[in-house]
Amino acid sequence: MTEQAAAEKGLAVSDEVMIDIRNMHKWYGQFHVLKDINITVKKGERIVVCGPSGSGKSTMIRCINRLEEHQKGQIIVQGVELTSDLKQIEAIRREVGMVFQHFNLFPHLTVLENCALAPIWVRKMPRAEAEEIGMKYLERVKIPEQAKKYPGQLSGGQQQRVAIARSLCMSPNVMLFDEPTSALDPEMIKEVLDTMIELAEEGMTMIVVTHEMGFAKTVANRVIFMDEGQIIEEEEPETFFEHPKNDRTKLFLSQILAH
Amino acid sequence: MNTDSTPLPKVPKKSVWNNPKFRSLFFQAIVLAATVAFGISIFHNTSVNLETRGIATGFDFLSTTAGFGIIQHFIPYTEESTYGATFLVGLINTIVVSALGIILATILGVIVGIARLSKNWLIAKLAAVYIEIFRNIPLLLQIFFWYFVVLRNLPSPRQSVTFVGGFFLNNRGIYSPSPVTHDGFSYIVWAVILAFVLIFFIKRWADKRQEATGQQFHTFYVSLVILVILPLLAAVATGFPLTWDKPALSGFNFKGGMVIIPEFAALLLSLVIYTASFMAETVRAGIESVAHGQTEAAYALGLRPNSTLRLVILPQALRVIIPPMTSEFLNLTKNSSLATAIAYPDLVAVFAGTTLNQTGQAIEIIAMTMAVYLSISLLISAVMNWYNASVALVER
Repeated sequence: MTEQAAAEKGLAVSDEVMIDIRNMHKWYGQFHVLKDINITVKKGERIVVCGPSGSGKSTMIRCINRLEEHQKGQIIVQGVELTSDLKQIEAIRREVGMVFQHFNLFPHLTVLENCALAPIWVRKMPRAEAEEIGMKYLERVKIPEQAKKYPGQLSGGQQQRVAIARSLCMSPNVMLFDEPTSALDPEMIKEVLDTMIELAEEGMTMIVVTHEMGFAKTVANRVIFMDEGQIIEEEEPETFFEHPKNDRTKLFLSQILAH
Repeated sequence: MNTDSTPLPKVPKKSVWNNPKFRSLFFQAIVLAATVAFGISIFHNTSVNLETRGIATGFDFLSTTAGFGIIQHFIPYTEESTYGATFLVGLINTIVVSALGIILATILGVIVGIARLSKNWLIAKLAAVYIEIFRNIPLLLQIFFWYFVVLRNLPSPRQSVTFVGGFFLNNRGIYSPSPVTHDGFSYIVWAVILAFVLIFFIKRWADKRQEATGQQFHTFYVSLVILVILPLLAAVATGFPLTWDKPALSGFNFKGGMVIIPEFAALLLSLVIYTASFMAETVRAGIESVAHGQTEAAYALGLRPNSTLRLVILPQALRVIIPPMTSEFLNLTKNSSLATAIAYPDLVAVFAGTTLNQTGQAIEIIAMTMAVYLSISLLISAVMNWYNASVALVER
């Protein structure tokens, strides 16, 4: 089984720092959404972020590619600090892939055109080459036969796999997943998780906001628990699930693992 | 009610009346018969009435002399021209003001619509104020405003507002220099055509190159340069065969040059400003109809804001924008008939107005006028529907 295989491999993590978040704060008007966030992600690490809804976990990963702006502290991606400098933001977005809860595929383009769009217009690739890469990643997520269809003709699970392929076409160094399975029917969750596990096995650096604790247990190097805009606990999955220190973590785990 | 003997399953009585096919045919036949009967009675009634009043029917009046002048005509027209020519002059005047109006209103509407979504507070509020003011005042009143309050109150020709380069503004209209061509001017025209052909091929070459190598070419700027340089070279080579006839004051009015009459300016201004305020809302609604997630997904892939707008947002917004935009085009064209109120010589004013009064051929003239508006509207609809189908979204 792929999940066990991933766990047994004990994938290599290098010392190279990919993402460094230091004393980061964010406000929505008067509302203090993120309070003093500190996270260091090394190359090849797989981080799972969980917490109750409204805890700021999505907002936090959306700060990493500047879909949200932080007001205080530093976010450094591959040695480049995120500021309001548009050139730097674009440079970072090119290297950081993101998968959304609601897929956000472009409905007016075919699956293959969705994949080829950014390589053509951002990487300035010839169309033929971009489509070749698109097909390669569509095969990787096991839906090459859907290439000529439009997103509206696919199931939710297929759409999310296309979204993953679309991100991979930019050959990112880091992948951010913002609740990738939350909008899916139960029988489609597995196909998306399997794709993500394969990605992890290939050594992709990943930050995943999810409630899939099975995924966290088998794939994650570390689990981060957030509540009310703060990081409450940051542990290896074994320690996190077996011996949580904080009462809030215990409460959250008891609720989420109860059913 | 059952008897003791096992009865056969009751077969419902087959009545023609319960047959849906028969019923639908029956009612259609009744409606058709009623319509034909109504038409015949109207036709009969009309012909009897016309006969008793001694009015001749037919289109012979089109070849009789009109005997009145028209202040704006794009084809030769004098008081000796026929009513047929009157019809053409009116038709062309209607088409000119509508076509110009549609182009200008679309440009203004798109700009204001995007401005209303601007992150700049002042720009967004200015756009909102513009929309709310001009959308909520009756068009006829706006036409009166531009005509009677603004343009008619300009100084007389002798006190004209003068601009550099021979432009004058007064209560008789807007006077500007008119181009006078000399020998060799056709070379410049050819140079312009050549420039367009060249640009077409450069665009094709650039697209092919991008397909093949991914390199992008600054087609827009190169085209701009070609479009300027080629005609300029031709002009230098032929010794500038184009001069300007500047309007000059002589007596109480200007002689020479070109004039845009205040009726035309007032009608065009009010049609453009009024319709653009509706179009702006259409454009805004179209852009806002595209989910914000689309922008985020494009940004997350590294696309720039302008590429995102062009490749992701606009293609999706267009399918929402086009159908109501078609309605606005039709509205503008039909609203141009309000020209009558300020005596701009459009089709309704000169044909369904003056010509009708002079000839009394009400049926023919109104029918012709209606047929013209119907044809123009159907033509616009057909073109827009074709365009809409080409940007439609494939779903399932």
